Amino acid sequence: MGILNTQIKNKLKSVLDNLPNDVILKVFTQEIECPTCRENTSLMQEIAEVSDKIKLEVLNFIINKEEAEKLKIDKIPATAVVGEKDYGIRFYGVPAGYEFNSFISALKLVGTKNSGLKTSTIEQLKGITKLVNIKVFVTLTCPYCPMAVELAHKFAFESDYITSEMINAQEFPHLANKYGVYAVPKVVINEKVSFEGAVPEDIFLTYITEATK
Amino acid sequence: MNSKVYELIILGCGPAGITAAIYAARKKMDFIIISKDIGGQTIYSSEVENYTGYQVITGAELVFKFKEHLDMFDVELHMPEEVKKVSKQDDIIKVETDKDIYFSKTLIIATGRIPRSLGVPNEEKFKGRGLTYCATCDAPLFRDKVVAVIGGGNSALDAAIQLTKYAKKIFLIDIASNLKADPVMVKKAFDSGIVDYIKNSKVVEIIGSNFVEGIKILNLENKKETILELQGIFVEIGSFASSQFIDIVEKTKDGEIIVDCANRTSKEGIFAAGDVTNVFAKQIIIACGEGAKAALSAYEYISKKF
Repeated sequence: MGILNTQIKNKLKSVLDNLPNDVILKVFTQEIECPTCRENTSLMQEIAEVSDKIKLEVLNFIINKEEAEKLKIDKIPATAVVGEKDYGIRFYGVPAGYEFNSFISALKLVGTKNSGLKTSTIEQLKGITKLVNIKVFVTLTCPYCPMAVELAHKFAFESDYITSEMINAQEFPHLANKYGVYAVPKVVINEKVSFEGAVPEDIFLTYITEATK
Repeated sequence: MNSKVYELIILGCGPAGITAAIYAARKKMDFIIISKDIGGQTIYSSEVENYTGYQVITGAELVFKFKEHLDMFDVELHMPEEVKKVSKQDDIIKVETDKDIYFSKTLIIATGRIPRSLGVPNEEKFKGRGLTYCATCDAPLFRDKVVAVIGGGNSALDAAIQLTKYAKKIFLIDIASNLKADPVMVKKAFDSGIVDYIKNSKVVEIIGSNFVEGIKILNLENKKETILELQGIFVEIGSFASSQFIDIVEKTKDGEIIVDCANRTSKEGIFAAGDVTNVFAKQIIIACGEGAKAALSAYEYISKKF
């Protein structure tokens, strides 16, 4: 019995088949010491089976160390959503629950190459010339969280300097502890700016700008 | 600025707004929905047990079903977008949001309610540092921790029930002398064996340096203050109507928009539905019914007026 039911698969198919560009899922996994890796890989396999537009590459975190390092993957389960290039879009942990939405949004983002961000936002993002890493801590039961994750991924898509990570706080409790995650979504930018809650595009952008100073 | 004049704009996309939209779509009205989220308060209910046709359904699933129903129609949803001001000149209603300006012949306000905050001096400092307003979101972060749920209504008990899966101990702190929540929920929470009920008490201070380390509570009967050591505070002390953006309709002293039996407000062409109104009982099923009425009422108004 799979994770996705027929109804969801059909709906997903209609969305994914219409993507103008292919999307590559680079899934990093490992058999031992990773309780959720198998679930994550199964979910990705099921999504990839739905449409030819989705190409799946399952990689071993240890054996394919070089590829992991190249994509700066430092924990598993990890999924990099890649298009014609690597936009820096990452999911750490299984994107189930509400995060299934943000995952599908990431596929649409890369597959359509359209972030839908405001022109003024895109212009401002062009002005960023320092590396920016956005971590969005989530729980799978948080309805606000996908909004923060989707926005962060859109920023990563538009700027070569920005990378964006969804991190499931429950699967990475040591990180949740390190960054003091007591409410989600919690966003940490370049280890120095952090805030809680799903904020509008303009405000999120202000935090990014602040982190690059 | 969008100079087009719609037949209808619906503000809010919770049960009332979605139902209004379905009715408006079936009447083939030219309309849009503007909302900061989907599902409103419903999405945060862990279990809904009183929506006819579903014995038990999670709030999120119910919202998903509402949204699926809405998606059958080609509805333009502007989200996330927040309304800032509503005004009316002659027969045209102007809606200003954080992103744009829109015009319409009729308006349905279905913006629901906003959770009330605790009202203690250092509340802002501890937000996201152990103090939270979304049990559905944050309960999993409090595994093996001691927490307090503030409140005694259904939403407080819902939070407590969600926390029983994670927390080590739960103090339920209620300002009243007995719980107002449905007995079914009270039983469910107390059956866990980890809920400690503290009645007639209010939180007067949050204690901690960087994160919540405890709370000081005041017993309103004997005026005695007690300090409880804990790491999490879940605030569930009710809500207020989300109607601050409009001052051209009559409201109750609590800010609820006053509507008549056909969901008309005091301003012609402006209708309201659901928890933002003064309609008795804030329930999902009632909000849906009110949303339906508001859409039919707006449709009738347009047919006669324009």
